[in-house]
Amino acid sequence: MKKLLMATAAMALTTSAAYAEDVKLGILIGFTGPIESLTEAMASGAELAMKEVTDSGAFMDGSSVTGVRADTGCIDNGLSTSNAERLIADGVAGIIGGDCSGVTGAILQNVAIPNGMVMISPSATSPGLSTVEDNDLFFRTAPSDAREGQVMAEILMDKGIKSIALTYTNNDYGKGLADAIKTSFEAAGGEVTIMAAHEDGKADYSAEVGALAAAGGDILVVAGYLDQGGLGIIKSALDTGAFDTFGLPGGMIGDSLPENVGPDLNGSFGQIAGSGGEGIEKLTEMAGSAFDATSPYTPESYDAAALFMFAMQAAKSTDPAAYGPKILEVANAPGEKIYPGELAKGLKIIAEGGDIDYVGASAVELIGPGESAGSYREIEVKDGKNETVNFR
Amino acid sequence: MDLLNAIVALTNFVIVPAVSYGSQLALGALGVTLIYGILRFSNFAHGDTMAFGAMVTILFTWWFQGMGLTLGPLPTALLALPFGIAVTALLLIGTDRVVYRFYREQKAKPVILVIVSLGVMFIMNGIVRFIIGPDDQQFADGARFIVSARDFKEWSGLDEGLAIKTSQGLTVITTIIAVALLFWFLNRTRTGKSMRAYSDNEDLALLSGINPERVVMYTWLIVAALTTVAGVLYGLDKSFKPFTYFQLLLPIFASAIVGGLGSPLGAIAGGFVIAFSEVTITYAWKKVLGYLLPDALEPSGLVQLLSTDYKFAVSFVILLIVLLFRPTGLFRGKSV
Repeated sequence: MKKLLMATAAMALTTSAAYAEDVKLGILIGFTGPIESLTEAMASGAELAMKEVTDSGAFMDGSSVTGVRADTGCIDNGLSTSNAERLIADGVAGIIGGDCSGVTGAILQNVAIPNGMVMISPSATSPGLSTVEDNDLFFRTAPSDAREGQVMAEILMDKGIKSIALTYTNNDYGKGLADAIKTSFEAAGGEVTIMAAHEDGKADYSAEVGALAAAGGDILVVAGYLDQGGLGIIKSALDTGAFDTFGLPGGMIGDSLPENVGPDLNGSFGQIAGSGGEGIEKLTEMAGSAFDATSPYTPESYDAAALFMFAMQAAKSTDPAAYGPKILEVANAPGEKIYPGELAKGLKIIAEGGDIDYVGASAVELIGPGESAGSYREIEVKDGKNETVNFR
Repeated sequence: MDLLNAIVALTNFVIVPAVSYGSQLALGALGVTLIYGILRFSNFAHGDTMAFGAMVTILFTWWFQGMGLTLGPLPTALLALPFGIAVTALLLIGTDRVVYRFYREQKAKPVILVIVSLGVMFIMNGIVRFIIGPDDQQFADGARFIVSARDFKEWSGLDEGLAIKTSQGLTVITTIIAVALLFWFLNRTRTGKSMRAYSDNEDLALLSGINPERVVMYTWLIVAALTTVAGVLYGLDKSFKPFTYFQLLLPIFASAIVGGLGSPLGAIAGGFVIAFSEVTITYAWKKVLGYLLPDALEPSGLVQLLSTDYKFAVSFVILLIVLLFRPTGLFRGKSV
């Protein structure tokens, strides 16, 4: 026992000592489950940032950073907490994740807070996570769904849509987002004819669609998952001719949806967290053909990894208690604006005692309890492709 | 015009889906009822047998599609169906030889056979997932609609559309053919008559020289055909995902019991009773009533008796009511 204590103490000393080491960052997102088609690009985005920093040699006296992937299953609380514990046992310095809101809350409560581990989620968007008691350990580069609700209401109003039917996937994410859309849309003078839940993973959604069609509305807003019930609802609604146009919030935006539904989806529209301009263009260029940088939550993943490394550089430590408070400092003004591909420059400025304002690929601006202020891409499905038509 | 709109809306969202769902349940319940009548146990592996039959058919369908073999407007799966039935029949007869025959010779109690079938269910479940994986599989091709909602609106000038999918039309026609064949077989052929005799009174049937092993084999052959057809039709109409077949077990058993276990006619009636109850009780009647009632009486709520979340609860409740008040089912089958 004494030996073990001494060994751990020695380990703790070495981790905080300022010489080159290998820093591990956990990438804890749903490689299986309802958003599995998005997570590959997300992980690649985060790893790209780590590679960039490692190659620069400017990080903490030439330390290298590697990612450790682990699965949440998106909706599997047991799997995600046990994998989070495994990551901590592996000695990660921070966790990029979780992905879906429900498991993110579970990891935070059961693993991150008891172990004092910092989490930056690139994609958990439930408004409930804004008010959770997190001991300042939880941040997200994705905005809260409360903001997405406002954006969706604006888009609907701009398109002259007066009434919507609303269905959501029956979990924290779906319920939170649906509430946000309903509140904002009604405040703007629109009418929500029905707000009904659907379960994922069923073969037949004709009963659900029957109820939605009976309630009526100009369009059907589907706050679900594109690989799951959301797809089933849209197919069934098109088959029965119940609705022709669909409102697609973040969880429904992805290349697989237009592919699976076909030309009938053309004209449907939605929005997803993301921004235009310099940041995302640079990231797309850097990613090349290795992965799709414009895939949902991929820029946010790159930014989450970058924020970790900047904060560690600023604190000169990989100890979560030391670098955690620095995250808001490096993310926000004042300071030199840093874009993707300029991570080395940012690290040097910090090392020289300067201040940076990380903009990154998703126009990072952390507000309130450490969540993204939220810029959104307005998407319209044209010729079987998701096209970005506007930024909000 | 309003009356027509109401009828079309009702047909589109209630009658068409319920008829096709009812046909699929009826085919499933027929298999359950046959096994109960002749082999005298409730076969829990039924849902996963459907999944297995559908899976084999899908594999053949993909092979045919790969060779460029299609049926034009009809799904290629129809062509693959006989092969699916054949492989499923081999599996079922194999299972009977390896598992059920042992317990039959022991004259095991029905409850033991039920548990045995539960074990068979898990193994079949595993086999299906092992071969084709747990995900959704697409295998439908050919024309998607007989009548599409958009065409119907243009043709009729009504506000409401009516959509009938090819798979729904096929389901009903195939069910009618399968049921007609089955009844002809049971009532007109020598083998069918011996099966009914065996079901009515095992000892008397044995005395009159009926070979029980033969009866059992024919039963499994028929069950293989019924389950594969039901599984493929359900997969074509909805989507193929192994887990959903396991979920079908409850409504199928409810259908068989409501109709009266052991009664083929009852199984069919039960299938439609369950399907129509599930769909009508969870349907929001606002639109239909809005067309029918004068403006002043138009409902402001959804007029939905039960949220769609409780769809499976409906079959449970019907099952309970039938078991409480008429344990033999609508058609006087065997009491459970």
